[in-house]
Amino acid sequence: MSDVLAVAEHRRGELRDVSAEVIMAGRELADALGGDLHLAVVAGDVDTFADELNREGVDAIHTVAEGEEFDHNVYQAAIAAVLDGTDAAAVVAPNSVNGLDYAPAVAEQHGLPLVTDAIDFEYDDGLTVTREMYGSKVETSVAVEGDRFALTIREGEWEPAAGEGDAPIEPVAIDSVESGARVAGFEEVGGGDVDIADADVLVSVGRGIEEEDNLELVEELAEALGATLSASRPIVDSGWLPKNRQVGQSGKVVTPDVYLAVGISGAVQHVTGMKGSDTIIAINSDPNAPIFDIADYGIVGDLFDVVPALIEEFE
Amino acid sequence: MKVLVTVKEVASAGDDFTIEGTGIAESDLEYDLNEWDDYAVEAAVQLAEAGVADEVVGVTIGPERAEETIRMALAKGVDRAIRVWDDAFATGFPDVASKVDVFEAVVAEEEPDLVLSGVQAADDGFGATGVALAERIGFEHAAVVNHLDLDADAGLANVHRELEGGVEELTEVDLPAVLTVQTGLNEPRYASLRGIRQAQRKEIAATTLDDLGLTAEDVESALTLTSMYEPESESDAELIEGDAGEAATRLATILREKGVGA
Ligand SMILES: Cc1cc2nc3c(=O)[nH]c(=O)nc-3n(C[C@H](O)[C@H](O)[C@H](O)COP(=O)(O)OP(=O)(O)OC[C@H]3O[C@@H](n4cnc5c(N)ncnc54)[C@H](O)[C@@H]3O)c2cc1C
Repeated sequence: MSDVLAVAEHRRGELRDVSAEVIMAGRELADALGGDLHLAVVAGDVDTFADELNREGVDAIHTVAEGEEFDHNVYQAAIAAVLDGTDAAAVVAPNSVNGLDYAPAVAEQHGLPLVTDAIDFEYDDGLTVTREMYGSKVETSVAVEGDRFALTIREGEWEPAAGEGDAPIEPVAIDSVESGARVAGFEEVGGGDVDIADADVLVSVGRGIEEEDNLELVEELAEALGATLSASRPIVDSGWLPKNRQVGQSGKVVTPDVYLAVGISGAVQHVTGMKGSDTIIAINSDPNAPIFDIADYGIVGDLFDVVPALIEEFE
Repeated sequence: MKVLVTVKEVASAGDDFTIEGTGIAESDLEYDLNEWDDYAVEAAVQLAEAGVADEVVGVTIGPERAEETIRMALAKGVDRAIRVWDDAFATGFPDVASKVDVFEAVVAEEEPDLVLSGVQAADDGFGATGVALAERIGFEHAAVVNHLDLDADAGLANVHRELEGGVEELTEVDLPAVLTVQTGLNEPRYASLRGIRQAQRKEIAATTLDDLGLTAEDVESALTLTSMYEPESESDAELIEGDAGEAATRLATILREKGVGA
């Protein structure tokens, strides 16, 4: 029997949705392990966050009011204090950019085996985690030795915990942290004249286009369809299109009526940004490309054959 | 200053692949330098070109086959490389801590001021080695860095960490540090012919666990890969059949029904 510690996430004064998902995953684990679920809320307006996250399934909330924004050194110190003061031996954190900035260090610090980016798990005498490999082309089961571990969960895979809880909220004091990684501010990127989130129809281009010169082809298609052009990350990384055209985790979340993905494999960080589209159409030469798993219509074929033929249909 | 870059040769699955046991059939795998590491290599080489780094050393955990890939990093400007291997890595599913055991020993020998890693390896997508290493060796760290401005004299790295939703965090990191590099940080170069020639003469030191004072037990993994399978499709995508022309005609009909291009 051991308890579980879930860690909430917030940024610039707002809780992130994944916090309620971490509670849900943590509750499942606590049930499997026959223990309690603790929630750590670290930095910022911890009292408001703790109230908001006092949902069904949470047994105790520990608040650490140190600093405003995320700082991995503060998170590490706070988690160490909570682990020290409770029977928690398993840690659940979001597989977010900030999660990946502290969870591996926490696992290392406390000697916990770490599994990242979990999309599911089962507990039967031991934890077995489901996670993807090879750019979402396969799923795997990973068995973890022992009942002490750290787990990061993919955002959007667990239902958010709901309902009103009545967990006691306990402030935890830690020594003030002299951090060697200091946040100086934030910058919004990807502004500009076009907002792809406003478009009804998006033609979205990925690495399958191969060369910058070939972009003309999809530009022509977008024009023929009266659509806006967007892209996956490699196209933006290469400087072929500006940042405000990028769909995905670190770009924009879009929900157009029609999303036409051309030469995009469907990596999770891309899919996060477009899975809410009404109709998803994919053109890809690889029948196993994960984009087909979320598409409504698919053409398995060479984009350099299909796109010119499609343009012709609209001329 | 000395920069250590961790590099990994990663496998990707070809268009048609079969799963054998808990892995993809060897003949269906294609090997390449991990995309994220390519940006880490470029960042390190640029620091050398700017006179900030005196030496750039690459380190990899990989079998002999990986030397071809590592040589590409040498051709791009890495000065020399260390390749660590033990059969224990081939048979098991190494966990983060066992990789960190290896890198910790290499760091102890090389004494770098800066370690650059990729955000994640494209094959297993774990995204944890760099940050765990920093914790082990007592370095500061920053994960998912897409902008780097190094002030070696002040002992600082000014970085942007790329968060979700088009927001970047501006952070000042004390050196020595481990930074995990995000794609887009720079424009990775192609190896020049001259670079490729020079790389033939650069050292790739084949290193065993024993050389590092480690044993197979030290790097024993707490994780076991127990199954691998193709995921079940979540949607019933209508696959449009026919040659390109026929498929385009059918797709045009669907698009018009949705009011597109009408
Ligand atoms: C922290 C983090 C954040 C990220 N954020 C984002 C993000 O916001 N947005 C994003 O997109 N990615 C993001 N990524 C990157 C993501 O993991 C993938 O690397 C990326 O989405 C891949 O883009 P792609 O599908 O265009 O390229 P690939 O994965 O290389 O796919 C190219 C596809 O084109 C197909 N193809 C090739 N030739 C042809 C042809 N002739 N005809 C038809 N099809 C062809 C191939 O079969 C393949 O499926 C992020 C990664 C990390 C680690």
